[in-house]
Amino acid sequence: MIYPIVIEILQTLILLAAAPAFIGWIRMVKCWFQGRTSPGIFQPYRDIAKLFSKDVVLAENASWIFRFTPYLVFGATVLMAGIIPILSVDLPFSATADVIALVALFAIARFFTALAGMDIGTAFGGMGSSREMTIASLAEPAMLMAIFTVSLVSQSTSLSQMVQVVAHGQFILRPSLAFALLAFILITLAETGRVPVDNPATHLELTMIHEAMILEYSGRHLALIEWAGMMKLFIFAVLGIALFLPWGVAATGVLTGIPAAFLFLIVKLGFIGIVLVLIETGLAKMRIFRVPEFLGSAFLFATLGMLSYFMLE
Amino acid sequence: MTFSPVGAASSSVLLFFLLAAAALLLKRNQRLLITAGFSLAAVASLLAVAAGGLVVWSGLIHKLILPIGLPDLPFHLRLDPLSGFFLTVIGLLGFFVSIYSIGYCRGFLGKRSVTYLVIFYALFMAGMLLVVVADDAFFFIISWEIMAAASYFLVMFEDEHAENRKAAFLYLVVAHIGAIAILLSFGVMAGFAAGVEEGFNGYTFDAMREAKFPTGWATLAFLLAFFGFAAKAGVIPLHVWLPEAHPVAPSNVSALMSGVMLKTAIYGIIRIAFDLIHVFPWWWGAMVLVLGVITAVMGILYAVMQQDLKRLLAYSSVENIGVIIIGIGLAMIFTSFKLPVLAALALIAGLYHTLNHAMFKGFLFMGAGAVLHATQERNMEKMGGLIHKMPWTAALFLVGCISISALPPFNGFVSEWLTFQAFLFTPALPNALLKLLIPLGAALLALAAALAAACFVKAYGVTFLGHWRGHNPLNPPLLRGTKGVVEVDWFMRLGMILTAFSCLALGVLPTVVIGWMDTISEQMVGTKIAASAGAFGWVWLTPVSHERASYSGPIVFLGILAVVCATYLLLHVRRTAIHRAPIWDCGFEKLTGRMQYTATSFSMPIRRIFGFLFNIKEQVRITPPVPPCNKGGVGGLHYHLRVRDRFWGWIYEPISDVSFWVARKVGMLQQGKIHIYLIYSFVTIIILLMFFR
Repeated sequence: MIYPIVIEILQTLILLAAAPAFIGWIRMVKCWFQGRTSPGIFQPYRDIAKLFSKDVVLAENASWIFRFTPYLVFGATVLMAGIIPILSVDLPFSATADVIALVALFAIARFFTALAGMDIGTAFGGMGSSREMTIASLAEPAMLMAIFTVSLVSQSTSLSQMVQVVAHGQFILRPSLAFALLAFILITLAETGRVPVDNPATHLELTMIHEAMILEYSGRHLALIEWAGMMKLFIFAVLGIALFLPWGVAATGVLTGIPAAFLFLIVKLGFIGIVLVLIETGLAKMRIFRVPEFLGSAFLFATLGMLSYFMLE
Repeated sequence: MTFSPVGAASSSVLLFFLLAAAALLLKRNQRLLITAGFSLAAVASLLAVAAGGLVVWSGLIHKLILPIGLPDLPFHLRLDPLSGFFLTVIGLLGFFVSIYSIGYCRGFLGKRSVTYLVIFYALFMAGMLLVVVADDAFFFIISWEIMAAASYFLVMFEDEHAENRKAAFLYLVVAHIGAIAILLSFGVMAGFAAGVEEGFNGYTFDAMREAKFPTGWATLAFLLAFFGFAAKAGVIPLHVWLPEAHPVAPSNVSALMSGVMLKTAIYGIIRIAFDLIHVFPWWWGAMVLVLGVITAVMGILYAVMQQDLKRLLAYSSVENIGVIIIGIGLAMIFTSFKLPVLAALALIAGLYHTLNHAMFKGFLFMGAGAVLHATQERNMEKMGGLIHKMPWTAALFLVGCISISALPPFNGFVSEWLTFQAFLFTPALPNALLKLLIPLGAALLALAAALAAACFVKAYGVTFLGHWRGHNPLNPPLLRGTKGVVEVDWFMRLGMILTAFSCLALGVLPTVVIGWMDTISEQMVGTKIAASAGAFGWVWLTPVSHERASYSGPIVFLGILAVVCATYLLLHVRRTAIHRAPIWDCGFEKLTGRMQYTATSFSMPIRRIFGFLFNIKEQVRITPPVPPCNKGGVGGLHYHLRVRDRFWGWIYEPISDVSFWVARKVGMLQQGKIHIYLIYSFVTIIILLMFFR
């Protein structure tokens, strides 16, 4: 009984510790691609540490919602470490939430971030909230369709079970999963605010979405939000691994599988980072009213995946 | 004397009638009338909760034949798990709203008499309670009409505004068209049910349960009933009265109308489909499902476009009715394919959402009422920053917004999650067409849920956050003769606090509630899901099986709470200062409250993306500059936006045009001259003699 608890704690620690490194890795690869000198993989840690040591400057009319939001966003994100099989499927808390509830945990973080954006009463905050909620509402149907397709294979929406079926069952080539993966990548780009939907590196007025909402944050509040943002990208990466490339995740009760699972995880994340950088350097940020078409194609891919499951499998 | 559910339910109804009668006696002392009247209403509502809760828990069926009614046609009462459930829903919200009303109605003191409000409030509650316990067609229709008429007068309560009178009239017309359809449906069913028992008993529900209907007639009966109930529930395209009538009623009444009156129509649909007709082809369910999906998506899209807080809530009720109808439609499809476990899951999802929606929508209307009470304003564009003036209302309203946006750990999430789970089982259906198309319904439900979150971020953000947008400064005095915006009194707060707790409890402890509701699914579709839903104890909600999916409200709630507290404490070990500073205005002139995002601008991206579904007129008018400062530039910029239901132009205007045209033609008969009327009589007599000699 003690063993699954250890896994839970280990996963949480990995999420907390590895998320900045993953972002650092992405930024480093991006620098290489663009012919710049990178600040190294550990720069995000230094950024977070710097923000934690600073004082908070709050706008005069900021309410408790503005101060509470960073903690809630951070809390909801950390909670997900116990649910997604990052290293092993042997998770006692995995049953807390299935993949639909996981999406809803993201939604509650987003809900509060959007409220915080409107709390100060600047035009930027409202603009960011409005755009974020619009994009999220378009991403949600595509996300559900992708989940629907993946859950057809494993007959389940419980993440442990999904990983168990795909990773430790018989290997079958499934066209439905390929479509779903394509949809999932597009959704990930939109949900985590990456190019071409949003640009995490810009503070240019008219193109900001996520950054516009958190523009008024400073000090430890900003640190928590930034850290949670890094963890969100990390979680989407491991969620993608769990749904589409789960091979290597340790099975129930196999203690020896953990170090191997850890190595697999590093390799896969490194690879995902490179793919993400390729997408980001290859594409330009699109106009906000092109995003519906972008997410519409994600929805279409997911639907095609579902249809191909019924027709081919 | 032991506690009998029927006794409790009847005494609850009697108390409401008593209250309606006694209100006239207390007319002189308005303050006492409000306090005593609504306290009595709260007690009566609690009795209904006790009766309903006990019946659902025990699963027994109680019957009673009243000695009153028409000659030889006595009224039948019946308390079974289904009616017990709705009795509980009505009573529970009635209890919360009655407490709230004690505070809310004091706002009318010195402005207008509340006697009629109390009378019709009591009759309205009594009517709703009677609808769900009635066990024959006559009694059902009579109760239905008591409910409709009482709510008509409640909508009319503030009748000095022409728009209120118009809204009430529209409501009355749609309610009666619906009632006629329901009556006709009962007529069809009673025709086949007559002769099953001795005497003229075809009008009782018992006889209808026993009767066998030919498929064609059963379809007719169902379609008529569904049309009638859909008009009451606000299913698109029969929803147009709802966003007109709900906002203009006093807010405590809006809470009841949106929270529970719409649910009586849901009750009617379930009662007719699953209990009275009980055998149906799959396309009935498919039709209900399609209408549910359309209602959910269109309802929330309309809601996002609104600037009036109460209209927004009314349109959001349309969406939630859609979600409930989706659950019922799925249950009907699963039933017709003989998949009782899945039918039970879908039905429980729909009913759980019924309960949840009653709680959070009643709650949000109470919150909107509190805002209206304090600011005398319904237009969100003129609000903002209320969180600083009304901290209690703001915190409580937030709970409602989270619940309705289907976010864990609150209650809205649980029922939407159950609905999604029911959707995920549709690949088990043997019909290929349904298998392929129903998942699209799930995606549209996801769209509706996500848009609901956007809608309530807007509602909350524009109303409570940011700066005050009105022309008048927030404080000192906002309006002549008022103290400015202040927090509402304790009765209103108490009503809202209790509702907030029930939202949280329903979200955190779904297994307990679903275990309680088990008898309903057993009665309606013949099987239970609680055995599997609660198989791993009350912490885990595992519909059907734990390999399939599971959710744990308590752990999500405690988990978020624990991490948030831990982070907060860890970061506050070392004392760090918080500096308050003015908003950074990018170095330009001072920002004003008018420069914030408004409700209209917030919904602009959504309006642009889904604009093709609406009839949108957007105008920008530039007025020439005023002479003294004549240095080019413009005097004023006027932005005018009108978003209209396309259904008005598609359905309602043609129908009303045709009826006016017919009325004019028929009106030509009326000449106002006596000799013409004598000719009419003469011709009539001649014709009658020719045919009936």
